[in-house]
Amino acid sequence: MSEIAAREVPSSFTLASGESIGDQKWLVERRLAAFETLASTTLPSESDEEWRYSRINELDLASFAPVVGPDPGTDSSAASAEQLLSAIGPRSALVHSVAGLVRSVELDADASALGVRISPASALDEEPALLDSVLGSRSDAFTLLSQAFCRDVVVCHVPAGVRLEKPIVLVHDAGEQADGAALFPRTLVSLGEGAEASVVELLVSGGQRLLVVPISEVDLGNGAHLAYSTLQQLGRATWQVAYQASRIGRDAVLRSFVAALGGDYARHLTQSTLAGDNGTSELLAVYLGDGSQVQDFRTFQEHVAPRTKSELVFKGAVADTARSVYTGLIHMHAGAKRADASQTNRNLVLSEGAHADSVPNLDIEENDVRCSHASAVGPIDADQLFYLESRGVPPEIAERLVLLGFFDDLLARAPEPGVAGYLRAIVAKRLADGVLASRERELLRDQETRRDGVVPA
Amino acid sequence: MSTLTISGLRAAVGGREILRGIDLEVRSGEVHAVMGPNGAGKSTLSHVLMGHPGYEVLGGSVTLDGVELLTLATWERAQAGLFLAPQDPVEVPGVPIGDVLAAALIAGDRAGEAAPAVLHAKMAAEAAEIGLAPVFLERAINVDASGGEKKRIETLQLATLGPRFAVLDELDSGLDVDALRAVSKRVERATLDGTGGSPKLGVLAITHYRRLLDELHPDAVHVLVKGQIVASGGPELADELERTGYAGYVEPEVAPAAIGPDPFGGLFS
Repeated sequence: MSEIAAREVPSSFTLASGESIGDQKWLVERRLAAFETLASTTLPSESDEEWRYSRINELDLASFAPVVGPDPGTDSSAASAEQLLSAIGPRSALVHSVAGLVRSVELDADASALGVRISPASALDEEPALLDSVLGSRSDAFTLLSQAFCRDVVVCHVPAGVRLEKPIVLVHDAGEQADGAALFPRTLVSLGEGAEASVVELLVSGGQRLLVVPISEVDLGNGAHLAYSTLQQLGRATWQVAYQASRIGRDAVLRSFVAALGGDYARHLTQSTLAGDNGTSELLAVYLGDGSQVQDFRTFQEHVAPRTKSELVFKGAVADTARSVYTGLIHMHAGAKRADASQTNRNLVLSEGAHADSVPNLDIEENDVRCSHASAVGPIDADQLFYLESRGVPPEIAERLVLLGFFDDLLARAPEPGVAGYLRAIVAKRLADGVLASRERELLRDQETRRDGVVPA
Repeated sequence: MSTLTISGLRAAVGGREILRGIDLEVRSGEVHAVMGPNGAGKSTLSHVLMGHPGYEVLGGSVTLDGVELLTLATWERAQAGLFLAPQDPVEVPGVPIGDVLAAALIAGDRAGEAAPAVLHAKMAAEAAEIGLAPVFLERAINVDASGGEKKRIETLQLATLGPRFAVLDELDSGLDVDALRAVSKRVERATLDGTGGSPKLGVLAITHYRRLLDELHPDAVHVLVKGQIVASGGPELADELERTGYAGYVEPEVAPAAIGPDPFGGLFS
């Protein structure tokens, strides 16, 4: 890879646009501070370890400009939001953000009475103490751009001891935009001690060429339980650079589930910091790439406290000329005694032109720990196909069963039941329309070739 | 009455001939055992019969009631009435047994039997008969199943699909005594009564050890050595093999054992 000159943040991201959005004093100060730091920050490049295999060198940031002003504009593709909402059923809250501005917050009366608070940060007189702190050192030009240009932050808090039975649904719609819009949707979720909740976050955009930089920070108090589902269904011309950071307190449990389906280049960085004794983090993701999509995942399982557990399972398939990248690190900090971590990444490569990179890593600074990692890249398992065919299942149906099964295996673990069903239908349709349709044509050709071939004497 | 006829079957793996002319005939209701030492070609025979892509057929034919199987795709062989219970059943994550059986039944124009309620009742009854915990009917096929449970899952599929002929490849491997008995009993019942509306099952049981045959009561025993049937007889042949082993059938090596590639690349020659 040739070295390219360090790139600075272009002038389309100007101070004027930074100043013109919002009027809360703390928000403006936060933006200005970030903006000043940005001036001395360069954009990452593919020669940086964390950006290897990415497409970041292709990003022409100067061709994008942040969306500003007080008007959220109109929705882009609310259809998937409606489907998701009906699949989920009853909910505690629905937050609708369009182009990074919070347009509506519906919180049911029960949740409100229990002290659950959901509001745009722009309505808060003081900066939420946790904002930026969960993300912590995982800071770069994109997180600074978010601080400087995010129009608002969805802030959710479930107080100590409160168990929310129905999920909180957050819809981040990029809205109707011109090509070249840059958007910075942002979410902060905190659970007090012993609280329980489920959050489902949907990201959608239209067909325009957009840059979307979503950042979600999650803070779990001691003994809290959170299910966090992220559904990325961005348009096929959208670039995404996403960050999801979590801090898990003592005895707390995070069950995170990511479905990455959309985007042109879609990057998702996951950092889960197990900060309290006996905390647990379950990090699951499914992804699907076809056409020329790139699904790019970076994960960090940061075990700081003793007896912490993390399990990561990322599974995806790529077809056509799509690519996927998985690079993950289990980091056992000194003192994380008897911590237990695993990471598993499995990739199906369904076409000759498709490609998957899978790079699991370990960084262990403590002796008394358990770590395991597994990674696989390959075509659909021929033994599995033969086994099903030997039962009398035709090859094209055997492929569909194996492929759907590959995803179902993980979809069945989606922490929000409605999400599993919703995704199962989408994945099945995507496979049937795209990947499998072209595979079936190939299979038909193979069968014809075999019939034309030499019959044993 | 159906007949499975294997004649002059020759096959290779990686260019090396493993089956060197096999002749066998199995009729409905009969149990034939194929025994032989390791490396004789027992597993190759089962894979070639089912059309595994890793094996090359060099010659011969396999017919089921006169229909040539060797030109059919694997799934078509199954639909023609052949069933293979492999030595190591494959785990298929995320795919429940019922989905596999339903797909197979529908492809065979048996949608009525594939109806969820009908199929599930059938599977539940079969599971109860062979002592398979009902939880396996909901799980992905063979996933998190022990060796014995996998063989029970094979038997359940056999009984549900009702093939005319079953090739049982080392059905007894990984089975404890109880599982072996339960599975053998079910297979034996299929050879006596047939399964569903199908005729009595014909069985080709490929095995290294005799203990399966104590349960399955073969009508005929064949000894497979170096890709050829070198002896055939009644059940007493299995008893004899138990006593004497295969030594009597394995020809002494005439030439020195084949030598691999010269590790020194001809440096000292």
